[in-house]
Amino acid sequence: MSKKRVVHYINQFFAGIGGEEKADIKPEVREEVVGPGMAFSTSLKEEAEIVATIICGDSYFNENVEEAKAEIMEMVKKYQPDLFIAGPAFNAGRYGVACGTIAKAVQDELGIDVITGMYTENPGADMYKKSVYIIETGNSAAAMRKAVPDMTKFALKLLKGEEIGAPEEDKYMSRGIRRNYFAEEQGSKRAVNMLIKKLKGEEYITEYPMPDFDRVEANAAVKDITKAKIALVTSGGTVPKGNPDKIESSSASKYGKYDISNFTDLTEADHETAHGGYDPVYANQDSDRVLPVDVLRDLEKEGAIGELHNYFYTTVGNGTSVASSKAFAAEFAKELIADGVQAVILTST
Amino acid sequence: MRLELGNIFIKNVKFGESTKIEDSILHINKEELLAAVGGDEHIKSIDVELAHPGEEIRITPVKDVIEPRVKVEGPGGIFPGMLSKVDTVGTGRTHALKNIAVVTAGKIVGFQEGIIDMTGPGAEYTPFSKLHNIVVVAEPADGIKQHEHEAAVRTIGLKAAQFLGEFAKNIEPDEVKYYETEPLLESVAKYPDLPKVGYVYMLQTQGLLHDTYVYGVDAKKIVPTLLYPTETMDGAIVSGNCVSACDKNPTYVHQNNSIIEDLYEKHGKEINFVGVIITNENVYLADKERSSNWTAKLTRYLGLDGVIVSQEGFGNPDTDLIMNCKKIENEGIKTVIVTDEYAGRDGASQSLADADAKADAVVTNGNANEVIVLPPMKKIIGSTEYVDVIAGGFDGSLRTDGSIEVEIQAITGATNETGFVKLSSKGY
Repeated sequence: MSKKRVVHYINQFFAGIGGEEKADIKPEVREEVVGPGMAFSTSLKEEAEIVATIICGDSYFNENVEEAKAEIMEMVKKYQPDLFIAGPAFNAGRYGVACGTIAKAVQDELGIDVITGMYTENPGADMYKKSVYIIETGNSAAAMRKAVPDMTKFALKLLKGEEIGAPEEDKYMSRGIRRNYFAEEQGSKRAVNMLIKKLKGEEYITEYPMPDFDRVEANAAVKDITKAKIALVTSGGTVPKGNPDKIESSSASKYGKYDISNFTDLTEADHETAHGGYDPVYANQDSDRVLPVDVLRDLEKEGAIGELHNYFYTTVGNGTSVASSKAFAAEFAKELIADGVQAVILTST
Repeated sequence: MRLELGNIFIKNVKFGESTKIEDSILHINKEELLAAVGGDEHIKSIDVELAHPGEEIRITPVKDVIEPRVKVEGPGGIFPGMLSKVDTVGTGRTHALKNIAVVTAGKIVGFQEGIIDMTGPGAEYTPFSKLHNIVVVAEPADGIKQHEHEAAVRTIGLKAAQFLGEFAKNIEPDEVKYYETEPLLESVAKYPDLPKVGYVYMLQTQGLLHDTYVYGVDAKKIVPTLLYPTETMDGAIVSGNCVSACDKNPTYVHQNNSIIEDLYEKHGKEINFVGVIITNENVYLADKERSSNWTAKLTRYLGLDGVIVSQEGFGNPDTDLIMNCKKIENEGIKTVIVTDEYAGRDGASQSLADADAKADAVVTNGNANEVIVLPPMKKIIGSTEYVDVIAGGFDGSLRTDGSIEVEIQAITGATNETGFVKLSSKGY
C-alpha cells in the first residue's frame, strides 16, 4: 500500500527562519520535512509521509488573510494530500488563528481532512473548534513531545477512516456536536450519584455544559405605526388547508410562505394548523386565533396600521432546532426587508 | 409512611378460558377484559392483542403504558381520584405484576403518540419492548373531539390495568420491597448527619392534550405541593399526555419512577430522602413564575441540602426547568437537573430552549432529534398510517417496504427525562 500524503503548515519560528523580526515572510513551500515535521514524520512511520511543508510568517498571514489563504490553497492543491496538518500552535495567538483559518479553508474548499493543535486558551481555539478538529496541547513548545503523538494518533484515525471517539478519548476540543450513546447506568442513577458528589463537594462532570445562550434584544419601537407595512409570521403552524408543503408536525425542516391578499378572515374552510404540539381544535375552528388576519384587516381599515403584508411566513416551532429556526428566519427576513416590511408580528403557541 | 411492594414476576401472557395467574403465567379471558373496560359511548370498538419481547411486532400509535397493580392492605385503591376514591395511598401493601404492561393504541388522538417495536434497533430505544404487552386498541366513535377521545382511551387503559391487577391480590409475591419515608422532623432526627435530599417532580401540564392528573386533579390547577414518594407507587399520578412519545412520562413511569427508586436505594446510607415536591409546567408566564417560586420556597422550607429536578416534555418546559434550577440554587441548595436534548438531526444546534450558568449539573437522556431507520415488522398492532405526521416523523417517513425513518422522538420512552433509560449524549 502506498503511503498517504500529508502537507504540513508551520510558521516562520518553527521553520527556524526567525522570530518576530521574520514574521512578515510570505508563504513558501519546501518539498521536505521541516521543524516539528521531523517528529510527525517519525511517528507517522510507514503509514504516511509529509510530501511538502508550507511556511508562512504569522504577521503576513494575519495582515493579508485573503491573499495568504489563496496562495497557500494553491500550494496545497498542487500536492493533492490526503491530510493537512497545521501547527501545533500551542499558545501562540496569531499562529493559532492562522492554523485555524487555513485548516478550515482547506477542509471546506478542498474537501481534504485537516487537523491542527493548540492550547485551549489560544484565541484560534474558540474561533475554530466548532469547524475543525483541534487537538488540545500544552501552552508552549515544551509540550511538543505530548502534542505530536496525540496529533499523530488522530491523524492516523482520519487517514484510515476510523470512527472518531469522544473528545476526551481522542484529545480534541469538543465541536459541540451532540451524539447519542447508551450509558452503562440509567439516567436516574447517574443523577443520584452526581447529586451525592455535588453535596460532598467532589468533582463531577455535567453531561450537558450550558451554552452561551443566544438572547435577542428587542428592536426600537416603530416610529409611526399608522404608516408601517406589517407582516405576520408564526411558529404556530398555520397553513392553507391540506398543508400543501407538508410542514412537519414537529422538528420542522421547512417553512411556508402563503398569500393572504384575498383574505379578510381565516376560516375552517381554508386554513388549519400543522403543529403537533397542542390540541388543534380551537386553532382549526378559527385560524385567526393563531394568525390574526381578521384583526389586522380591521386595523388596516381603521388606519391604525399602514397595511398588512400580502404574504405570511409560517413554520412549526414544536421540537424544531434553534439552528433550523435561525436559518429559516435569516432567509425570509431578507425577503421581508426587500418587500418593504417595517414590522413583524410573530405569534407563537 | 411505609409501603410494602410485592413484585410478582410474570413469565408469559396468554389468552385463555379464564383470567388467572398460574405458575407465573398470566392467562387472560379476552371477553372478560373487554367487558371490564367497555361501555364508553365515545368508543366505537375495542380489541386486545398481545405483543411479546422479541416478536416482530410494531405497536403504534401508542398513547399510554400502564403497570397492573392492586392494593392488598392499607387505605385506598389504585389510581386514586381516577378509578378509586381519593383516600391517601402509599401505605400498607401493594402487589405489582412485573414484566407486563397494558399499552393503549388505536387511531391517533393528536400528533404525539409513539412507536414501540418489540425487536430490532427500535426495541433498543424503548424500555417497553422488554415487557409482555397487553395492547388495548380502542377506536373512537365518529365525530368526537380529540380531548374526548384522549379521556376515553386513558380511562380504558387504567381500567384494563386495574382489572388485571386484581388477579395479583392473592398471589404470593416473588419479592417484597419496603419503602419508608418518615414525617420530616422524625426523619431528620433519625439521620442527623445525612444530607437532606428532595425530588422536584415536574409534571407535564401545557394543556390541550398535555395533561397530568394527581389524585384526579388536573395538575395545571395545583400549586406545588408535597407527596410521600410511595404515593406514586399506588398510581397517585396518571398521564393524560399526547406530548412527544420519547419524553413524556407514561403512567408506567409514574408508578415506577426510577429517580425515586434510586434515591430510596441511598436513603439512610448516604442521604436522607425526605420527600417529593410535585410541580407543573403551565404555559403562562405568571404560572411559571409562581410555580418555580413555590418550588424553591418548599425546598428551603423543608431544609433541603440537595435536590434532583426532572423535566417532562421539551421546549416550553425548558424554561420551567431552568427557572426551578436557578431559584433552588439561589436558596443555596445543590441541584441536579434531568432532561433531554433537541440538538437537531445533526446534533449541532443548541439543545435546550433556555439556559443558565447555575445549571452546572445536568443529566441528559439523549438527543431526541437523532434519526433512526426502523426495519419493516411482520405485524402491526394499530396502524402505521400516521407515522408521517407524528412528532418525530416527516413526509416520507413511512417507506413503501414498511420500514420507517423517524427521529427517535417518535419512540415511546426513548429519551425519558426521569432517567428511566440508559440513552445519553455527549459533545463530539
